[in-house]
Amino acid sequence: MIKKLQKGWRPIFVLLLLFIGWEFTARMTQVPSWLLPTPSQIFNELINGWSSVSVHLTSTIQLIFLGFVSGVTVGLLTAFILHNIPFLKESLYPLLILSQNIPIIVLAPLLVIWFGFGLLPKLIVITLVCFFPITISAMDGFRQVAPELFHYMQMAGATKRQLFWKLEFPFALPSIFSGLKISATYSVMGAVISEWLGSENGIGVYMTLSSSSFRTDRVFVAIFLIMALSLLFFIMINWLERFIIRWKAEGKNRGAS
Amino acid sequence: MEHLELQNVSFSYRDKQILHDLNLFIKNGEFVTILGPSGSGKSTIFQLIGGLEAPHSGSIILEGNDITGNRGHISYMPQTPSLLPWRTIIQNVVLGQELKAKKDYETAMEMLRKAGLLEYRNAFPHELSGGMKQRVAFLRALLSPQPIICLDEPFSALDELTRQEMQLWLLSIWDQYKKTIIFVTHNIEEALFLSDRILVLSDKPARIKQEVVVPFSRPRNEEMMFSGEFLRYKKMIHDFLKEKVDQK
Repeated sequence: MIKKLQKGWRPIFVLLLLFIGWEFTARMTQVPSWLLPTPSQIFNELINGWSSVSVHLTSTIQLIFLGFVSGVTVGLLTAFILHNIPFLKESLYPLLILSQNIPIIVLAPLLVIWFGFGLLPKLIVITLVCFFPITISAMDGFRQVAPELFHYMQMAGATKRQLFWKLEFPFALPSIFSGLKISATYSVMGAVISEWLGSENGIGVYMTLSSSSFRTDRVFVAIFLIMALSLLFFIMINWLERFIIRWKAEGKNRGAS
Repeated sequence: MEHLELQNVSFSYRDKQILHDLNLFIKNGEFVTILGPSGSGKSTIFQLIGGLEAPHSGSIILEGNDITGNRGHISYMPQTPSLLPWRTIIQNVVLGQELKAKKDYETAMEMLRKAGLLEYRNAFPHELSGGMKQRVAFLRALLSPQPIICLDEPFSALDELTRQEMQLWLLSIWDQYKKTIIFVTHNIEEALFLSDRILVLSDKPARIKQEVVVPFSRPRNEEMMFSGEFLRYKKMIHDFLKEKVDQK
């Protein structure tokens, strides 16, 4: 714990320096606040406007959560199916990469035209940005199973199903978690973009409203909230990973625990 | 009655003949070693018995049933411990059994206790030394329900002292459970020290070149390895192996 604090203070210190520098330059040059508010103004706005912001925040968190779960489900299912059916893998794997080349900004309005303003088009957007890292990392994990373990399981007479559930899946878990971490941060961005499409609440809505009414301080509140959410989400996945993957010899300080 | 029999088994890999007309049998409760130089197709024999590969001709009979090309009829201990890193020791010990039958933690605990590993039952494999991991791998094979255990050079990665310790340990455990063992090695002393019978393999394409019945009584100890008789047998087998190299 102490070690964490010792390491953690550096980025926090840099961030503080940055804010102080910002505060000073903004005050010295007397930039109008609708152009660039100072950190203290932003902080004030966050505190004073919290009651209205928090409504947007809860709505976004819910959307992130739903979208992430749906993205993870689709991602893992795709990986599972492609891994076990080589024919499908050969024909669909290249298309998966193409799916990531669709510009979301262009696709999003189309989704609204097709599916209306409900939850579905938003979930599709988040799923689309979330599933890819998970599918790729899971498939890589399945593929990289240690050959001697695979050989042992085969000699011991493991069926295809046993090979997958007792060997390939647990073996791929660390790799899947790398994918989950990337997707976690993507899902926050995906949620905000999907809220731009048209929504009653959400950080994305709050952001567009603030921006069109030149409330730059609020735009920055939204930006910082989005950053905080991404970070928080990332930390949660990290924590979950440590809880689930306990078998790895992480350095030498594991023995102390 | 013959327990396991290989009848006229031939096998080639990429046009290279590895086994030619191989015949061998193993009796119930016997400890048989297949001895041959590296790359002589010893591991291929296991892959055939294990059903990973099918022979191009010939058949493999276990207790009167043809198991040619079928998996899961033997239990196996590979060269590396191959323990699943996310399972604790006790969970690894029951793995072989779990694949074929119901898990039996009680017997597994009893085995761990006899093997002196009980205190490690909840440890993960990376916390154990190489020798201890191999012991766990052997217990895993021993607990599997199949009647025959195939050991594929299990001690070749260990240092000399640990290896001797492991050989003694293996014999003591085997003595209590008396399963049929097929052991593969390129180490003459190891073969003599452990087995009832040694099958000396010829170079590729492999066939049984010579059969040596080991005369030493059980239980065996390290002293035996320095007796004149032991050295005489060692020389004899050494000559069998060398002969084959000379022919080449």
